[in-house]
Amino acid sequence: MSDKILMKGNEALAEAAIRAGCRCFFGYPITPQTQLPEYMAKKMPKIGGTFLQSESEIAAINMVLGASAAGVRAMTSSSSPGISLKAEGISYLAGSDLPAVIVNIQRGGPGLGGIQPSQADYWQATRGLAHGDFRVLSLAPAGIQEAVDLMGTAFDLADKYRMPVMILGDGIIGQMMEPVRLPDPVTELPEKPWAAKGTRGARKHNILNSLYIQPEELERVVRERYERYAEVEKNEVRVETWLAEDADIIVTAYGSTARICRNAIRAARADGIKVGMVRPITLWPFPSAAYAEAAAHAKGFLDVEMSMGQMIDDVRLAIGCSRPVRFFGRTGGVVPTPAEIRAEIDALCKEVL
Amino acid sequence: MKEFNILIAGSGGQGVQTIGKLMTEIGMEHGFEVSFIPSYGPEMRGGTSNCGVNISTEPIASPLVVTPTQLVALNLPSLDKFETSVVPGGSVIYDTDLIGRAPARTDVTYYGIPFTTLAEQLGVKANMLVSGKLLAVTGFCDPDGAESTIRALTAKRPAFFEPNMKALRAGFAL
Repeated sequence: MSDKILMKGNEALAEAAIRAGCRCFFGYPITPQTQLPEYMAKKMPKIGGTFLQSESEIAAINMVLGASAAGVRAMTSSSSPGISLKAEGISYLAGSDLPAVIVNIQRGGPGLGGIQPSQADYWQATRGLAHGDFRVLSLAPAGIQEAVDLMGTAFDLADKYRMPVMILGDGIIGQMMEPVRLPDPVTELPEKPWAAKGTRGARKHNILNSLYIQPEELERVVRERYERYAEVEKNEVRVETWLAEDADIIVTAYGSTARICRNAIRAARADGIKVGMVRPITLWPFPSAAYAEAAAHAKGFLDVEMSMGQMIDDVRLAIGCSRPVRFFGRTGGVVPTPAEIRAEIDALCKEVL
Repeated sequence: MKEFNILIAGSGGQGVQTIGKLMTEIGMEHGFEVSFIPSYGPEMRGGTSNCGVNISTEPIASPLVVTPTQLVALNLPSLDKFETSVVPGGSVIYDTDLIGRAPARTDVTYYGIPFTTLAEQLGVKANMLVSGKLLAVTGFCDPDGAESTIRALTAKRPAFFEPNMKALRAGFAL
């Protein structure tokens, strides 16, 4: 008998969140992530948690803000257009130093776009999520077990650094089924002395707020927040390298696209081409050092995304443009094939070897 | 390394996703690395339906099945769409009750079986006959080995265990 169970990505993320201590879920259905709220709707009432289907995405993210301010582990999930609607609330979470987990199971865009898998929200997740100076810690699982493991990490990091954490998946991660080993439910959660959960007359009340009228005061608060971000950049970078040690060519991709790249890399290796991979697991903080290391011996990089090319900016910055970075992407919900990626590897070889 | 990349395609309601999930569960039970990916969107409310299953002795790289080693086609549009994608030396299982035309390739093995008629005669579900045949063609597990999986999947409705096993065995023997 197997000690693993077969789970759909969306459902596995929901179960992992509950086991990580999430007790408030607010959301609104949208393909391809609807099974996540659906699972929460069934499970939360049974364990004394709260599931609420809000009237809109904007309402949902502000309910997350409220629950988080009260010290509860809270989350929301959506897909690309829904995340855009949540943007304002995410900025307020960041500005109020509140932890929260936000899942984005990306679909094609812009606008309503399509419903098939996409990675066109990379810039949104790593840069311009909403107005203001702030960061969101972004985690990109490439499989269901990793998604489950990163969910626990997401809640822990959100609490530790008091900031929103995003799990950035796509339609493939949301919809596919893989065997998973679920973690034991957490029994102890970190203390939150800052939470607004009643003073019982024993202390001064806590205020959670993002409004600072005095410029000097706002600057001080933002600077303090950026000191925390520096800690995140120092401590929380996660990356996987594969066959990179002797590689002439580095293929780089995140999430499910990295899985597809593996097939192409295996095929190229079988033909004697020295190809390796760098796969960021944290998109912010970006694992720049792993790229710089690979650039010491690699002659060229191939960046593969389900977008028109967004992460490629970070790859170029990471290696200081010291090597050619070729781009291959499919977009709009079209998923690249191993054969297409293999052809790009060959083309890059001609260019740099 | 032993690896099966199975693509199962047909119409919504034929039990295409069930075949895929069953193969994935059986593979997992027997210690293989597995993945299952459905087509999603409006097709689940009718129209075409397909899913990809990987069963391997090695960790699964891409979960997508672009070039299947085994194709199951349960209607003509599915055979038309995916027949050319099967790897040379691969196999195609199809329902001759629902697909009138002859196979188009000489470098793959075809198993044309009247699953719909046979299912009616035996009083079982056609998709379970197909599952049995798929076990036989891939050979990663036999019906006896699949018993514990079928039992677990019918745990809430134990009366369904016997008819499903009967269909799986009958399909395996086809």
